[in-house]
Amino acid sequence: MAHFEKASSITEWLDQRLAITTVKKVMALEYWIPKNINFLWAMGMVLAFTFALLTISGIFLLMYYQPNVDTAFDSVNYTIMSEVGFGWLWRHIHGVAASVVFLIIYIHMFTGIYYGSYKKGREMIWLSGMLLFVVFSAEAFSGYMLPWGQMSYWAGMVITNLFEGFSPDIAGGIMNAPGLVEWIRGDYVPGQAFLSRFFMLHVLLLPLVIIGLIGLHFAALRIPHVNNQDGEEFDYHEAAKLYKEGKTKESKVIPFQPVFLSKDVFVLGVYLIFFFYLVFYHFNFAMDPVNFDPADGLKTPAHIYPEWYFLWSYEILRPFPKDPGLIAFGFAQVAFFLLPFLDKSDTVAPANRRGLFKYWFWIMIVDMIVLTVMGKLPPQGIWNHIGLVAAVVFIALFVSLPWVTKNENRA
Amino acid sequence: MSNRRDFMGIALGGFTALAGGLPALYAMKRSWDPLPSVKAAGFTEVDLSTIPENELITEKWRGKPIFILKKSADMPQDPRDVVAGGARYHVSIGLCTHLGCIPAYFPGEKKFKCACHGGEFDASGKNTFGPPPKPLVIPPFKVDGNKIVLGEAGPEYLEMQKSGIA
Repeated sequence: MAHFEKASSITEWLDQRLAITTVKKVMALEYWIPKNINFLWAMGMVLAFTFALLTISGIFLLMYYQPNVDTAFDSVNYTIMSEVGFGWLWRHIHGVAASVVFLIIYIHMFTGIYYGSYKKGREMIWLSGMLLFVVFSAEAFSGYMLPWGQMSYWAGMVITNLFEGFSPDIAGGIMNAPGLVEWIRGDYVPGQAFLSRFFMLHVLLLPLVIIGLIGLHFAALRIPHVNNQDGEEFDYHEAAKLYKEGKTKESKVIPFQPVFLSKDVFVLGVYLIFFFYLVFYHFNFAMDPVNFDPADGLKTPAHIYPEWYFLWSYEILRPFPKDPGLIAFGFAQVAFFLLPFLDKSDTVAPANRRGLFKYWFWIMIVDMIVLTVMGKLPPQGIWNHIGLVAAVVFIALFVSLPWVTKNENRA
Repeated sequence: MSNRRDFMGIALGGFTALAGGLPALYAMKRSWDPLPSVKAAGFTEVDLSTIPENELITEKWRGKPIFILKKSADMPQDPRDVVAGGARYHVSIGLCTHLGCIPAYFPGEKKFKCACHGGEFDASGKNTFGPPPKPLVIPPFKVDGNKIVLGEAGPEYLEMQKSGIA
């Protein structure tokens, strides 16, 4: 056994046993962040905080929610909303945060794309982040099932039907998986087995995976370091040495705590004003009116559309016939994962200093917005055509990216 | 030495995967299967004699909606029709073959239209427009005089299955 001296303070006592001073130094006081960044670099902390809000509000909802097809709807819309003291607060925080978290994820993602923060050593940050996006999507979908309203039921029906795969006559039926849909549901239609297992996924398995992935995402950041506004590569040891010598002006870095955190907390404060404005005065945007009708397996709502954050990928599925639609949809799901490998340029710089990539980036943003808008409109007339063009443009953008970026290396 | 260690590692890992991992995966897979009580086929009997012409009747079978449409004389006949008591009926699972929404029937146009992604079917359930890849699916049925039993495969259904209609 190691030798322990009598400690003269609680800090020292803990330090002897847990090395808290070293942990604090490594994780915060001497965790170096570049100076040359802007408010967009605070989105990670905003996301972490929103995830905490989701967890806390979720814990309180969990105490009264009943995962039963007969009682789920009332346990949310009656018990939690009108009986439980401040039950409405938890529900509105949970609903608004589930929507807003995707807004921040998209900002976080597009910031990474714009500044080229996904390549040259930062691939694992990008890939773990994209995995987080996928699991967050599954988390949002499974949570959407729980109130067991009409939109819950029919979204569950449509999305699980995607796993039917291709039509049986494609490739000799190889890509068709009979029984898979029933296996996922545990029934011929979404029912009790379906609700219970999606409840389990939403409150246990997926949150565990998310927490693990957040750990990986943070760890992936340590070796390549945070990118900066110019994609500049510099010696962190040198910069840290200058800072510690007191030459904070000359140094290109600041410590995570307290300097970076103080800026982060300011952005977080602005965000939370916006967030709680939505929670208290504008929560309805996150509450689809159709979902206030209890689930009915014999009546499809007039229009089925997903929440706004899934609209773009839904619109890539919709304008095509079934089989090509599935292929296009599958492509849309993996396209962003491939970004570090499709981008053939060695340059890490903002998009506006990167030749053709500048246009690629802004066309991609506009196309995503067009897809999102079209996904919400009913599938009729001209909207169908615009949706089809936008879907084709999306695919073309990713297929052409290697050629768009290849020429940058010559300069 | 490292080779013998590697061997021990591979042997232990292989044994764990085969004896523990695979059975565990199988058990997990089976736990997600539909329960026997769910699978036990529900049989639904429907009396066809009271159904009016060109008006869609929706029954429920295994939790799914079943369309029954009595055809009027001016509606085209189709090998997919179910003949019972001298009248012709369109009988199908009322879920769009694209992604499973319930299409609505428009008696004026004699068409089914799906609100989700704009698919259309004629009064015989054949896909005529939009993303649906195939006609509405005909459930197993047995004609019994003026009645139809859903969930049981009668000779007419087996005939349809043989010719690839159902």
